[in-house]
Amino acid sequence: MEIIKATNKEATLADEITQKQLSRRRFMRYAGIFGATATVALGATACHKDKSDTTTSGTVDLGSGDIGILNYAYALEQLEAAFYIKVSDSPYSNISSAEKSYLADIRDHEIAHREFFKAALGSKAIPGLEVNFSSIDFTSRDSVLATAKAFEDLGVSAYNGAGRLITDPNYLVLAGKIVSVEARHAALIRDLISEGTFADNTVIDMNGLDKSRTPSEVLAIAATYVKTTINASNLPK
Amino acid sequence: MNLLNIFQQIEETDPEVYDRFNDRRDAIKKFSGFAGKVALASIPLALGSMFKSAYGQTTTSVLDVLNFALTLEYLEAEFYTTAVAASGLIPAAQVSSFTTIRDHENEHVAFLKSAITAAGGMPVAKPTFDFTAKGNFNDVFTNYTTFLAVSQAFEDTGVRAYKGQAGNLMSNKDVLTAALDIHSVEARHASHVRKTRQAAGASVKPWITGKDTGGIPPAQAVYDGEDNTMQAGVQITNINGMSISANAASEAFDEPLSKDQVLAIVSPFIS
Repeated sequence: MEIIKATNKEATLADEITQKQLSRRRFMRYAGIFGATATVALGATACHKDKSDTTTSGTVDLGSGDIGILNYAYALEQLEAAFYIKVSDSPYSNISSAEKSYLADIRDHEIAHREFFKAALGSKAIPGLEVNFSSIDFTSRDSVLATAKAFEDLGVSAYNGAGRLITDPNYLVLAGKIVSVEARHAALIRDLISEGTFADNTVIDMNGLDKSRTPSEVLAIAATYVKTTINASNLPK
Repeated sequence: MNLLNIFQQIEETDPEVYDRFNDRRDAIKKFSGFAGKVALASIPLALGSMFKSAYGQTTTSVLDVLNFALTLEYLEAEFYTTAVAASGLIPAAQVSSFTTIRDHENEHVAFLKSAITAAGGMPVAKPTFDFTAKGNFNDVFTNYTTFLAVSQAFEDTGVRAYKGQAGNLMSNKDVLTAALDIHSVEARHASHVRKTRQAAGASVKPWITGKDTGGIPPAQAVYDGEDNTMQAGVQITNINGMSISANAASEAFDEPLSKDQVLAIVSPFIS
């Protein structure tokens, strides 16, 4: 029953996404036929659903297929939102009003992203992650902005790298809508640290391309800030 | 794996499936041909490419997208190359930033040209540009304020243009990734230009609030639709009881533009 419920839920989610093209709808139905294996795996993931409002310091499985990728994004947005909430609640020493306002905006954007994924994933959302910010000195502008830069650049590279793993074009556009906002954040934070470094050669290569990273590369970097163990082994490769 | 059974299921889902191939036998033959050549694990991939060709995602459309992107990059590259070379236009403190942007746009041109050639296509020729947009921005290379306004409009258009084409690149994962890697660079540029305008007194932030142009009325088409706060059927304003304003909800998600919308925006800049 659990598996069937999860399957219905998936159909509802897909239906909620704007779909105008007949060909796309047909494609989705094919995906339904060929995605039988993935659906069973999703059903298994859905068993965690009752915990979705709680925080866990154990292990979470992101799941597989597009849902796995959305959970991966949800995990990163949880991390970013938690960071900026803390930054806004206890601003660093001598913060300027302009920086306070920028950081409050970014906090709200990250909360919007986090809550969007939570709402879109519904019962298939992973639980809340337990963060570990012990390496950050929240009283220090340098420490906070360096961490913000690391998170934003990481987020950009994560979405850039995840695009190719997404099969539903609507999810791809959604990821695209978010990644450019993360890139706007990254550029601003970099300019706050040092004017003119918004897209320097530490992130942009000789072809003018930004970085893209695989989920395992991203999660290895993020692990410093997350207590919960994230199992990404079922994500598409 | 029972092949005939799969085809029967497809037939029930889409009765016209065989019109998309030549006929039923052709479809099965094609699939068997694939299956004979590829390892079992990659059968879903083979199926994917079969359906993509039957349902209209072809190499041609990828090349079309790349040439469309190339046209936009030509526009930006020539814009910044001219601006950085215009003496007295850009204040000393910002020359290095706009040189960085100029270089990226020229790198994008070179990258896209080689990608198009590598894919067997022919890069489109660079159009002749009119950066005054037929007299709308006559002092674009002599007045820093005007230059910044056009720069912001180009960068924000670029972000929306790449976003709108991502779905057309799904059949080629490497091209898709490269396009996404360019897309976020354009967004970094946009953020910097907007912050630079903000520092010069414009009412604008690094991100797009509602459909506000930031005091550039002729650029309204660049921002129309950016005030959207519904994503995939989910209302982002005050989502899940959080205190998220409509402004923040619109800022948190950038919106795509179709190719036609982008062409309508840039056509005044093409002689």
